[in-house]
Amino acid sequence: MYEPVIGLEVHVELNTKSKMFCRCSADYFGKKPNTQTCPVCLGLPGSLPYINKQAIEDCMKIGLALNCEISKKSLFERKNYFYPDLAKGYQISQLRWPLCIKGWIEVDPPSHKASEGQETSRIRINRVHQEEDTGKLTHSGSETLIDFNRSSVPLVEIVTEPDFKDSSQIKDYAKKLQQIFRYLGVSDADMEKGQMRLEANISVRKVGQKQLPAYRVELKNINSFRFMVAAVEYEIKRQIEALEKGEKLVQETKGWNEDKKQTFTQRVKEEANDYRYFPEPDLPEMQFEESKIKDLESNLPELPWKKLEQFIEKYGINESSARILTEDKDLAGFFEQLVELGKKEGVLAKDIANYVVNQKIDLLNDSPQQIIDDIKAKKTNLISDDSQLEKVAKEVISENPQMVETYKKGKVTIIQALIGVVMKKTAGKADATKVKIILESLLNL
Amino acid sequence: MDLTKLSLKQTIKALEDKQFSKQELNRAYLSKIDTLNSKLNVFLEVEKNTLGIPAAIKDIIITQNIKTTAGSKILSNFLPPYNATVIGRLLEKGCSVIGKTNHDEFAMGSSGENSAYGVTKNPWNLKKVPGGSSSGSAAAVAADMCVFSLGTDTGGSIRQPASLCGVVGLKTSYGRVSRYGAIALSSSLDQIGPFTKTVEDARTILEWISGEDGLDANCHGKPFQPQKSFKNLSGIKIGVPKEYFGKGLDKGVEKVIREAIKKLEELGGEIVEVSLPHTEYAIAAYYIILPSEVSSNLAKFDGIRFGFDRSKFGAEAKRRIMLGTFTLSAGYFDDYFIKAAKVRTLIKQDFEKAFEKVDVIVGPVSPTVAWDIGEKFDDPLAMYLSDAYTIPANLAGICGLSLPCGFVEGLPVGLQILGKYWGEDTILSVGEIYEQATDWHKEKPKL
Amino acid sequence: MKLTDIQVKHVAKLANLPLSSEELKKYGEQLSKILDYIEQLNKIDTSKVNPTFNVVDKKNVWDEDIVKPSLSQEQALQNGQTKNDYFITKGVFEEE
Repeated sequence: MYEPVIGLEVHVELNTKSKMFCRCSADYFGKKPNTQTCPVCLGLPGSLPYINKQAIEDCMKIGLALNCEISKKSLFERKNYFYPDLAKGYQISQLRWPLCIKGWIEVDPPSHKASEGQETSRIRINRVHQEEDTGKLTHSGSETLIDFNRSSVPLVEIVTEPDFKDSSQIKDYAKKLQQIFRYLGVSDADMEKGQMRLEANISVRKVGQKQLPAYRVELKNINSFRFMVAAVEYEIKRQIEALEKGEKLVQETKGWNEDKKQTFTQRVKEEANDYRYFPEPDLPEMQFEESKIKDLESNLPELPWKKLEQFIEKYGINESSARILTEDKDLAGFFEQLVELGKKEGVLAKDIANYVVNQKIDLLNDSPQQIIDDIKAKKTNLISDDSQLEKVAKEVISENPQMVETYKKGKVTIIQALIGVVMKKTAGKADATKVKIILESLLNL
Repeated sequence: MDLTKLSLKQTIKALEDKQFSKQELNRAYLSKIDTLNSKLNVFLEVEKNTLGIPAAIKDIIITQNIKTTAGSKILSNFLPPYNATVIGRLLEKGCSVIGKTNHDEFAMGSSGENSAYGVTKNPWNLKKVPGGSSSGSAAAVAADMCVFSLGTDTGGSIRQPASLCGVVGLKTSYGRVSRYGAIALSSSLDQIGPFTKTVEDARTILEWISGEDGLDANCHGKPFQPQKSFKNLSGIKIGVPKEYFGKGLDKGVEKVIREAIKKLEELGGEIVEVSLPHTEYAIAAYYIILPSEVSSNLAKFDGIRFGFDRSKFGAEAKRRIMLGTFTLSAGYFDDYFIKAAKVRTLIKQDFEKAFEKVDVIVGPVSPTVAWDIGEKFDDPLAMYLSDAYTIPANLAGICGLSLPCGFVEGLPVGLQILGKYWGEDTILSVGEIYEQATDWHKEKPKL
Repeated sequence: MKLTDIQVKHVAKLANLPLSSEELKKYGEQLSKILDYIEQLNKIDTSKVNPTFNVVDKKNVWDEDIVKPSLSQEQALQNGQTKNDYFITKGVFEEE
């Protein structure tokens, strides 16, 4: 029996106005090439870096949200390597003196533990540190084109201990991080835009073996949650099979080929990289007093799990609705606004939650007052007679075989669409919570 | 009147009094350059149409739209799109860049021989080296080819050529002057400073170029302002470190320095023997820290955004990149870099302890006067050892002044006056009192 | 400390320096000599000494997050090899 050992490195680009070490605009997306550069981010001779204070605070906020200790003393260091997108020939980063260390986050337990009833499991965060992004390369035939607009945009790197046991945990972790970044307002963390990047280190070992395996495979440059999950699952399977056949696994960097649905080797390391880190002499050290850290901590915006707890306890809504409502910070805020309004008009938070969860809400255009009025109108003639609802539900199921099939294949979120059809048939008068229960029981027959 | 013999202060006064125009001033210097440059190889680039007070700038300092080579073939075509902070400040004060001066490639060297553009000659004897690395900036002032010049000092690169060329050179406290626009050699050691004809002029330039700029995060404080003014040295304690008078110090140089110290005593100074016990380790520590930083600082030279490819580095640059890459590499970092950084602490503490007892520390700048071109060129270690008296100040971050104090066989000797961190005011005052009581600074090379 | 040929080659590779075999030999010898000289530091007990990386006693030197003007595109590109407003270099092989 083998078990996977997986650690994750996440890079997130901060949404500061200016870059990490110069005051060029950091908003590089879609800009003309090399129009947002200066001697510093171009790495011209004679230029020197100067820290962006906001980025440091953002990095510390991320650390605090992940239960890290903030280092009393922190230094920037140079990570030396050559690549055409790296203007200075080194990246200003952190290794020995990171801003934040020793954190943790609760994620879903691995699938097999969940089936045994375990509720969460804890992933240890090794470090959260500050660094800078590189320029962007475009390969065209025998030539490589370089745009340095992205050079020195602030990046925060979050490194976990090798605590993940399967791909579902990775997915949950990544989703939670993304949610945290958005709640903190430090990044949009859009993976497709490269604002959030995942790297996984995977190896497998015999169950019961204590030490880490002698090799590890690094999965890199994978720009969606879905592909990362697929790549991790593929690797776990591949590695276990290889070991069972008695093959020796090697240290390598791999990417994901979505067409072939398999990982491919990018680089086999003959020897470990030697980045020759040393303290960045151009930047004085940073020191943080306890009071400053406390201050930052007490001013953190409410985090998703706090909000979740609060929604359940304060408004008495069920956990699954609360999860949907807190997934997005703006939606949660909108919901709170509705609840405030509802209070004055005698509309219950629970009913508002049902409405918001089951209707497509347009955060930009829907008027809160209209929504409250809608809920009030429906409440007065809500269909909650089970047999009546079941009849409609059966009709909907037989009229929508494709959706049903999708549901049965495992994409259970499609149920929202089915609920929508029921609501339409009943002119929005059906009790959505009941409809969901009825649909589920019918579909799972 | 030969305008080029005037000090900065005299020049400013004469311009105010309308004794001559800025055009005439520039014409005089350009004609001097025209006569001498082919002989001395001081300037790599001369600006013909300047209208300010003519300043010569070491070619490692960035000048907007004036070619800046760092003395290297790798930058032979580099036209910077910006100005160094010090250049901007000099321009504001009515100065102009009359030319860019020759120096050892990337400021690596003690003789000027490492320049990719040929060695600068010592104005006192054309067969001799001018010292380095700021060779051209020192020679330019010595030969009256500019009113003053700027250089950089990482391990003695201002003080040592000032000593060997017989001019005043000031190494400022680390953080006093912005390094923004000085092409980095060793970032934790580099400082920009002036070469001048008098100590007074060095003080003026320091007032002009110092103070934080929001671009060099290590540069701090307001622009330098002179505070003290004392007429004689009574009450001033002058430390003489025994370690600066040991083996390797040329007898002739020692004699000149001892006489200078006697003069300081006559002027009222109290001579106190001090000890800087870790001096002997300074070079070893320096040749770990410097190459380590160099190997990283020179990584940006990849021929993509500017300049040529890495094969164009000169021999000394390659040597130090190799050494620094090794000392930072996995498994050696703690033994070398961290060890050197700890020894650096001890050297710094040596000075702190000494300055509890004395106001300034004096001694030789260089163990010898200028040597023959080619003499030490093939022995890098011998060359490194010639910086034994200047390197400790860079490691400690303190300030130091070199000023003319005599001759050995017709070649100038410089007296080094070291001050505590941020102690420029004191060393300039002591230096000025010595200068006014002696005539060494009035001697000029016969060209 | 004597550097082996392999070490010297490895260092040159890390440093991205294209060195001839003569250069490798020469630098190997010179580096070994310099490292021997440096060995003397081991005579000092530094077990209780903190390292100095920067002599400036300032902490937390940083800027507010305010955008300032960049170079013009023309200035940014003026010293480089360029194509269509990009810097250009010989193909970096996409690692596939």
